[in-house]
Amino acid sequence: MGIETEYGITVPGVRIVNAMASSTRLVNAYARHDVRGRQRNPKWDYSEEAPLRDARGFDMTRAEADPSQLTDDDMGMANVILTNGSRFYVDHAHPEYSSPEVTCPRDAVLWDRAGVAIMRRAAEYTLDDGVDQPIVLYKNNTDNKGASYGCHENYLMSRTTPFSSIVAWMTPFFISRQIFTGSGRLGVGQEAKRFQYQISQRADFFEAEVGLETTFKRPIINTRDEPHCDPERFRRLHVIVGDANMSDTATYLKMGTTSLVLSMLESGFLAGHDMTVIESVRAMSTVSHDLTLGARLPLTGNRNWTALEMQQEFWSLASRFCEREYGSDIDPDTAQVLHEWGSVLDRLETDPMDCSDVLDWVAKYRLMQAYRERDSLEWSSPQLQAIDLQYADIRPDRGLALRLELRGQLRRMVTDEEIEHARLNAPTDTRAYFRGECLRRFPDEIAAASWDSLIFDLPGHESLVRVPTLEPSRGTKDHVGALLDRAVSAADLIDLLGS
Amino acid sequence: MPQRENAERKSTRPVDTAADDQAAARTTQGERKAAIDADVDAILDEIDDVLEVNAEEFVKSFVQKGGQ
Repeated sequence: MGIETEYGITVPGVRIVNAMASSTRLVNAYARHDVRGRQRNPKWDYSEEAPLRDARGFDMTRAEADPSQLTDDDMGMANVILTNGSRFYVDHAHPEYSSPEVTCPRDAVLWDRAGVAIMRRAAEYTLDDGVDQPIVLYKNNTDNKGASYGCHENYLMSRTTPFSSIVAWMTPFFISRQIFTGSGRLGVGQEAKRFQYQISQRADFFEAEVGLETTFKRPIINTRDEPHCDPERFRRLHVIVGDANMSDTATYLKMGTTSLVLSMLESGFLAGHDMTVIESVRAMSTVSHDLTLGARLPLTGNRNWTALEMQQEFWSLASRFCEREYGSDIDPDTAQVLHEWGSVLDRLETDPMDCSDVLDWVAKYRLMQAYRERDSLEWSSPQLQAIDLQYADIRPDRGLALRLELRGQLRRMVTDEEIEHARLNAPTDTRAYFRGECLRRFPDEIAAASWDSLIFDLPGHESLVRVPTLEPSRGTKDHVGALLDRAVSAADLIDLLGS
Repeated sequence: MPQRENAERKSTRPVDTAADDQAAARTTQGERKAAIDADVDAILDEIDDVLEVNAEEFVKSFVQKGGQ
């Protein structure tokens, strides 16, 4: 699994920000520091992707960039692969961090926070480059003026799972999981015409049930079929409905529960059950707009359930599934997901405000309520709108979620030391390890990389050597660690891989 | 709120530990909530310190291009 996040970007004091140029500056600044002394920066290998994307990424940047700051050579760096196995690049006028592939929700949290650390450092490095105005980044999903940008999750699935069953089960799951994945938003409707607090940043931007689009007419279930691995065997479920979370627990639950429900689905355990929501697009907003968690959604079979009741049913099914599948041999990761999930559902049932130390939408709502009461403010007041934005500011001295963490009021699941390690190192149990280690050890011999390939440019070789990495579970430390240690050069590594 | 799903859900946990767990959880939860509430004033002061001075201008100028 993995998480890709587009960050909001501003330059304080500049009214019309060239977001593309600022994002490019950010990525370039970080790329220069990721491997010190590196002579070249590996390009993204687009050979497996649509060419339109390549053209869009580079051409628009070139046209909009300030030539004095960005040389031709630098332009290719606006899309880099880092030693922690992640991709850091410019997408749709936003800086985007795509985490390396991980195998458990806690690692998803860790490498997602590594992304926050990378963004923060990148912004600091741009100041070293002599840029006058600092760049400020926000881990949110809307400007409250009609624009939305995403935080997408990716899950590896078997190709044999029918897509129709994914639609049938993941739609009600995505609608109802908002009660713990939501990051909170002050404003209703895409352009926030009405200043009312709602649970999710993204809910009002979904207009279709199923579809390929991600930038307009967004669907609850996205059909993009680009597995970045062996397409015969795998599918990558590309989930676009989620909010970008500041809370570790929210990210953890988002990844862990979705993964667990997908396991149930893939095993056939859900056959004979049904939780189909009638009018699912409307239900997304209904759940998000209801802070009492009491709103009832019409389900097939003449049922009217709340989102909380749907999640309780999902929990109950997952609990029985784990009992049947693993019994007392349940792995600690799955056991913890089940425990945290049940605990948050219990607290939401008792009083949603009990979750202010674990869920973003509750933490932010509590701050706004208290601030509003102290100063007798209307919901439309600019101060409350500023709190909404600044909650997601990733500067530790200004960001409100990070201030809450410092005060011990928002629970953390990973330490600063772990985050710093994950900023520089890839997970050891997926192909991201091979990618990240090759970039660290042989920075000048890698011409390009992507999720499913590394391209070496070896001294004395006429042509480039492409090493495919189509199997996500190969290239782990167990698999290639000893081999990497033996290789004295990139050419040596290629020889060892071939032998 | 109907208790059906809830009862079903809880019954899936081992009976002997579930009640204890819940009682313990409630206590720590209560303590935590009290501690959090006591700190609210301090947090509001802190927001005053870090909130953008001209909130209206800050909010107005936060304009993003659409993304994915």
